[in-house]
Parts: sequence; structure tokens; C-alpha cells
Amino acid sequence: MSNGYILKTEGVRKSYRMGTAEVSVLRGVELAVSKGEFLAVVGASGSGKSTLLHILGALDKPNSGTVSFNGRRISRFSSRELNRFRNRDVGFVFQFYHLLDELNVIENVYLPAMAGLSVLGWLTESGRAKKRARNLLGRLGLTERLRHKPYQLSGGERQRVAIARALMNEPQVLLADEPTGNLDQSTGNDILRVFDEINKAGQTIIMVTHDQKIAERANRIVRLANGKITNVKG
Amino acid sequence: MYKFVLAFRFLLKRRISYFSVFAVALCVFVVFVVMTVLSGLTADFKEKTHSWSGDCIVSTKSLVGFSYYEEFMQILQEQKEIKAVSPVIRGYAIVKTTSDNDTGVYVDRTLEVMGIEPVSYSKVTGFSEWLRYKTGELQNSFKQFYDVNLPGCIMGIGFLFARDTNGNYILPDRVPQMKVDVSCFPLTAKGALARAGTDVVSSKIFALSNVAHTGISSDWKNIYIPFEQAQLLCGMAGELKRANALYVKFSDGVALNDGCSKVQSLWKEFVEDKKGLSQSELLKNVKVQNWKVYNRDMVAVADTQQGLMIIVFAMMAVITVFIVFVVFYMIVSHKSKDIGILKSVGISNGNIMFLFLLFAFLIGALGSTIGAVGGWQFLVHINQIEDWLFEQFKFQLWDRELYAIGDIPNSIDLHVLITIILSAVSACLLGAFLPSRQAGRLQPVDTLRVSKL
Repeated sequence: MSNGYILKTEGVRKSYRMGTAEVSVLRGVELAVSKGEFLAVVGASGSGKSTLLHILGALDKPNSGTVSFNGRRISRFSSRELNRFRNRDVGFVFQFYHLLDELNVIENVYLPAMAGLSVLGWLTESGRAKKRARNLLGRLGLTERLRHKPYQLSGGERQRVAIARALMNEPQVLLADEPTGNLDQSTGNDILRVFDEINKAGQTIIMVTHDQKIAERANRIVRLANGKITNVKG
Repeated sequence: MYKFVLAFRFLLKRRISYFSVFAVALCVFVVFVVMTVLSGLTADFKEKTHSWSGDCIVSTKSLVGFSYYEEFMQILQEQKEIKAVSPVIRGYAIVKTTSDNDTGVYVDRTLEVMGIEPVSYSKVTGFSEWLRYKTGELQNSFKQFYDVNLPGCIMGIGFLFARDTNGNYILPDRVPQMKVDVSCFPLTAKGALARAGTDVVSSKIFALSNVAHTGISSDWKNIYIPFEQAQLLCGMAGELKRANALYVKFSDGVALNDGCSKVQSLWKEFVEDKKGLSQSELLKNVKVQNWKVYNRDMVAVADTQQGLMIIVFAMMAVITVFIVFVVFYMIVSHKSKDIGILKSVGISNGNIMFLFLLFAFLIGALGSTIGAVGGWQFLVHINQIEDWLFEQFKFQLWDRELYAIGDIPNSIDLHVLITIILSAVSACLLGAFLPSRQAGRLQPVDTLRVSKL
């Protein structure tokens, strides 16, 4: 049962081995995210925010505990379901954009759509996918940059391309890892405005940041400290 | 679809891809060119050797020869598998040539004398094509106009003439007027020296009627004389005539091994049938061999070279696999961030592996195509290139004054080319397999975290 939560963690623990020592990063994280929520996870550097985000997006696995998506345990997903989950249900925005230099802006954006389709499927759906990619890039003010390569763009533009890519397959949850961490304040604010807009349009967003001021833009803020979550706002 | 797009982009955008393509192209080029030239030389040599002795040889190594050969020839000629049979006498002789023309050639050497019947011999071998002076009818091969009282003889071209820098023999317009004194050591049926002619040798003077150009070592060491004359000189004439060998040509469509087996079984029956006769002991030394075994002293060298060539190319294939492995290992290391990105948008491990294998395939296919086209063009112009090198730098790959080679063989075998291309592509896939599998198994979070550091 989803109990209205789109994502929910119960007792999530994660530790890393560093040399001979085992470092415990998450020590029983309990978190529930509702549909349409804009959640900010704050914490000091090295507190495990990114690790939590990766676990929520099935890029990493917890040592113990469960993560449920719409009431289904992610750990029980088959590998095909996991790929589909990453492709359709969540979208990632990384601090360092992580765009493919071999592809131009629009190709980077419609990559998730292309990845989810066979050759035949792509031949029939490519027109629609390209149109959606153009629309997304238009909404993010990148109409003039469709054929540019990532290395020809500014940091803010790259991050907007990364957001467009994350939204391409209309994911249920957008996971953003320090999305403004590599940008100046003004550009960072532009990105946050985009987040506000899409959240108002109903997009669920989970953003991790170390900056309390940026986190204030979210509806709810939780703090990750000593491997556990505490509610701060909302 | 993204796999094809990305594989193409990886190929086009990465400098290391160009190095890989170049490495594959170079390997394909070298293998294609060397294999074509060496295979051509080997095949040409084998063909000439085959043409020299027919398909199957019934022979004895003994200089005494064997009797009853005419009866066995009769049996062979009745078989549908046999197209032609020719008796041959092979012995050794001291040959002294004297010429009274302006060159004044005077040579005294040991040669291998071959007694042949021109008509039947040409049905079994390429004899008619070897003769450099046209004589019309084959039975006139030993006819000469220098001295009508002397029988004619044919000498290997290399014995009389030198080659120019292009590998061509420079022959006079007419057969040189030359007397050839042939001295043999005739043996009795029991193997003792027959005291015939001048004490222990049997000598006869011939006049040169033609020269033979076989393209193999026989050009330097053979003299061909009429079969009956050879029989007399070698002590094989008499009531029970002897010969050293029967050269056999099979009918069209008869496989070498099948034909030889047939001759072998007929020979066994024949030997059984002749048991108890006066010279039946001589038949015990006779062997039935196919042309490859009969000429193994020559063919084995070519086969050894071919074997070595295959070993060298196999090593080259291993090196190609290793180069591709190293290149792909580097590519996967450089691309770990991209692999993480691809996994974060839901691309499976298998598809990541497939993507890199496709990339390897493209490198192999493009490199092979470039190498094959380059090799093809090089082979087409190889003789022009060699001519140019000779004109400019006096360089020849094989000194034509020394080696019996005309043009460098450049006949392209499509099967060989396709095999080389498929091998190169397979080598690329093999070399890329482990790195590709490693790419597929990378954990997205690890690759994204690494790139963050």
C-alpha cells in the first residue's frame, strides 16, 4: 500500500568501507514523500545527502531497510523494472550536469526517450519525442541552443539542459543533487525558479543541498545529521 | 537506437577511436598484402611444380629403374580415371656444351638428364608451354637443324641464359647452335655399372633443339633428351626395357587422392602378377605418390613458409586483440561518467555492453574497410610501385637476376579478403569483450561519484 506516499524509506542504512574502517552514513533513515511535494534535504557535506538521493533513485542500494515507490519495494524490482523505474519514474539532476559531450543539446534531452524505445519504437515516436524536447528547452529558454554541444554552454544553460533531460519522460519524481552547487547565485536562482514552476505544475521534487537559503524554496525541509532525518520545516 | 547513435558519435568524436581504426586498418593492410603476395608466390610455385610432374608418379629412386613399365602403362591407359601416362627416365650426366657461334660458350657440368616422349609427356605435364622456340608439332621437339646426324636435346633455360633486371631471359631469335656432349653411367638391372660405350661411361653428342622454361629449379639442372636415347645412355635399353618413372595425368574431375588410390591398387595387383619373373625384384622399390609427395623436397619449403606465414599472422591477430583490449579498457575508463549517466536514464547493463561492442564493431568494420581498400589499391599497383622504386632507387623486392619471379603476384582472392575482414572484426569484438562487460557491470553510483572527485 502506498498510503499516499510516492516514495518512502523505512530504516534505510548504508555504510562504506574506507580502508579498514567502516563508515556508517545512513543509520535508519525514515522518510516519506508525498506526490506533488517539493522536499529539500539539507545537511553538512559528507552527511549522506547524495547517498540518500541515489538510493531513492535506485542508483545505489541500501545495506538494510526498504525503499518503496508507490507502495512497491524497489529492492523487489527485477532488473528490467529497475531500468524502467530510472527511465520513466524518476529524473536526475546532478550538480555537475552530467551531459554527454558527444550529443548536442536536444539529443541530450531526448536521450531518455530514445533509451526507453526499440529502434522501431523510436522511428514511430521520434517526432513526438523531439517535439517535447524542443518544448521543454523552449520553456527553459534554450531555443537558440538546440544544436550546441554541452561544452559550448554556460553552467546555468547546462543545468537547464539537465533539467529538461530529467523531465523528458515526465517522471513522477525529480531528484536533484545540489543543482545550484556549481552555479553563481543569480544563475542558481534561475534554476530554482524553474523548480518552483514545475513544482507548481504538480511535479514532485526532492532536492538535496547544503545551503539552508536554497532549501527555503522548498515546501518541506528535512535535515540529515548523524545518519538520521529530522524535520525542520513543513 | 541510441546505441547506434552513441556508437557512431564515440567513433567520430574520440581521437583514440581514430588510432584504433588506424591500427586495425594497418593490420588488415599488411596481412592482406603479404598474404596475397606470398600466397601468390607459393601457389605459382606449386602450380609450376605440379605442371612439371603431372598428378601422380609411379617411380623408383633407384637409378636402375624398373621393368615391365610398358605393360603397366597399358593397364593405366585402360582406366577411365586416367587421362594420360608418360614414361620418364631420370638419371645424372656430365654435360659439356660447345658452341661455335660468336659467344663460344663452353660449359662442363653435372645435370639431371630426363628422357621423355614429347607427345605423351606434354599430355601429362606443361611441356609444350615450357618450350621457348615454337617447333610446330610436338613430335618435332627434338628436331634440330644444326647437324642432321645428331639427335636433339632440350636444355633448361637457366643453364644457358641469364635474366635481366626485369626477370626476363634474353634469348636469341633462333635456337643457339650448340653441341651437347652427354655422358651417363649406365647401370645393369642388378645395379652394377654396365661397361658400355667408352669404358664405364656411355656418351653421346646431341644438338640443342630448344630451351625449356618451367619456372622452377629444373631450369638450371635439367636436360631433356629423347626417351630411347636416355634408355640407351642409362643402360635401360635391351630385351627388358626399363624406366625410372611413369608420370600420370588424371581425367577431369578425378580427385587427387582418389586417383592415386586407384593407381596404387592397380600397382599392387600388377606387382603380385609379376611375382617370380626375372626382374620382379625391381618392382619392390617402386612407389606410387601424388605430385606433392613426389616433389616434397621443393613443396615442403613452400608449405613451411606458408605455415610460418600463418603463425606470424596468428600472432598479429593476437596483437590486434590485445591492442583493441587496451584501447577499450582506456575508453571504458574515460567513459565511466558517461556510463553512469546512461544508467541513470535507465539503460541496462546488457545494452551498455552492447553499445561498446557495437563501437568495437564499427572500429573493426571501418578499419578493415580502409585496410582492405588500401591493400587492394596497393596490390593493383604493386608492380608499378616496384618499377618506380627500381627506376628511382634501384630497389627490387626480389632481385630478378637471382629469383625465378616475374611480376609480383597480386591476384586478389575475395575469400581471403573476406576472411581477413571477418577476422579483424572478430578480433575487435574479442578484444572489446572484457572491457565492454566491465562497462556493463559498472555501478552507476560509483561512476558518478568518481567523476565528482
